[in-house]
Amino acid sequence: MPNENADKTADSRKTPLFELHQQYGAKMVDYAGYTMPVNYRHGILKEHAHTRDAASLFDVSHMGQVKLGGKDAASSLERLLPVDLIGLGNNRQRYALITNERGGIRDDLMVTNGGEHFFLVVNASRKNADLANFESNLDGDCQLEVLEDRALIALQGPAAAAVMKRLAPSSTELLFMQAARVDVAGIECFITRSGYTGEDGFEISVPADAAMELAGALLSSADVRPAGLGARDTLRLEAGLCLYGQDIDESTTPVEAGLKWALSKARRPGGERAGGYPGFDVIARQLEGGVERCRVGIVPEGRAPVRAETELVDKSGRKVGKITSGGYGASVRGPVAMAYVETSSGAEGTRLEAMVRGKARPVRVAKLPFVKPRYHRA
Amino acid sequence: MSDIKFTEDHEWIRMEDDETGVCGISDYAQDQLGELVFIELPETGIEVSQGSEAAVIESVKAAGELKAPVGGTIVEVNETLADEPELVNKDPQGDGWFMKIKVQDSSELDALMDEDAYQQYIDGLD
Repeated sequence: MPNENADKTADSRKTPLFELHQQYGAKMVDYAGYTMPVNYRHGILKEHAHTRDAASLFDVSHMGQVKLGGKDAASSLERLLPVDLIGLGNNRQRYALITNERGGIRDDLMVTNGGEHFFLVVNASRKNADLANFESNLDGDCQLEVLEDRALIALQGPAAAAVMKRLAPSSTELLFMQAARVDVAGIECFITRSGYTGEDGFEISVPADAAMELAGALLSSADVRPAGLGARDTLRLEAGLCLYGQDIDESTTPVEAGLKWALSKARRPGGERAGGYPGFDVIARQLEGGVERCRVGIVPEGRAPVRAETELVDKSGRKVGKITSGGYGASVRGPVAMAYVETSSGAEGTRLEAMVRGKARPVRVAKLPFVKPRYHRA
Repeated sequence: MSDIKFTEDHEWIRMEDDETGVCGISDYAQDQLGELVFIELPETGIEVSQGSEAAVIESVKAAGELKAPVGGTIVEVNETLADEPELVNKDPQGDGWFMKIKVQDSSELDALMDEDAYQQYIDGLD
């Protein structure tokens, strides 16, 4: 009856924190080629709640960490994405989208200007595709290096700053989307104040051979517990954040996905470096004329979660969209979801029906995010 | 109280008397599913056949179902599960029972596993 198939194949890779997951009794699954923890002994609901109440440590070492150096790094990278990187200040981080010729999204990523070079964090499942894209399309004075010897640890939650203050006092001076090279518990790290939960927090890039030591130092605080991919997914869903491969992919554009805010002014029509990236014509047209479908929040009535791939119909029974992410929001204490619907059905409060196991269940279109973000902006 | 029996799909049934059995999902099943957030039980009075879907189970991670371990008529359901699905995680083979079935053909019970056989069966799954 349980249909969870933990496919622990021999060729799936271990992260530098594999032993930690074992110590904490993690349930492991194969995810994007890595053996990753879904949850630990406390379970997804408690790990989710603990992240909102205190702080959680997430192993996100499966994500791709890439260094891009050379004097043409920014201008060369700008030819692949609709984001202003030339104007990105030192130690500033920006959310970015790599586009294709149809204006679709090849990946979403974080780009940080580390001074000497750009530091990129890309999705684990898109690592190979991104590297192939970079290798064939970046040119000029541009050096690409995949940081295979580093782990990535996210510390997320309202207690994260106090924990970091003890281990790296200067880290708490950072605001949301700022970065610094600092020693954390005496280990040289590169940190950013960002994350994927809607909470204040940090992502810490650490040498692989020191990752266990750093995780131990973070977990020595009574406020910090480990949390797995299960809680990470429900936290980001409540925070209205997209998961690549579900909520955004090669067939969805940034405008349809409600990610207009990620399109830098300088790269939009009329901007100082307008266009010059794949799909600019499509994106420009959509910015001007609107889109036929859009990403929205969905709140199902009752307690039953509505999962990805579920069809949405209007009152007349006509199909108007599809759920792309759905589950149980532990903080809102009920089911929440995201979907693409026809723009005419996308207004907040619109009543639709989700076809779950052949039965129509009432849902309504809701504003994203489902929980208020608590980023440290000032 | 007679012996508990298990299906390969991780349901259990325990006969309360000659004709009525109480059933639910095994401890192994609840552990695999993770924390339950929603359970939809059948209406009493309906008839189910052995192996047919009788209840819907949703956990934080996944959707699943309870298949009727034997055929018969649903005579009672555990209404508390609607508000407290977590009871199934806490006590899957006790307070977390799903429903009672008036068994149509008691020979269907013979095909199910006893506790030892089920333990061996799940040991072989890991």
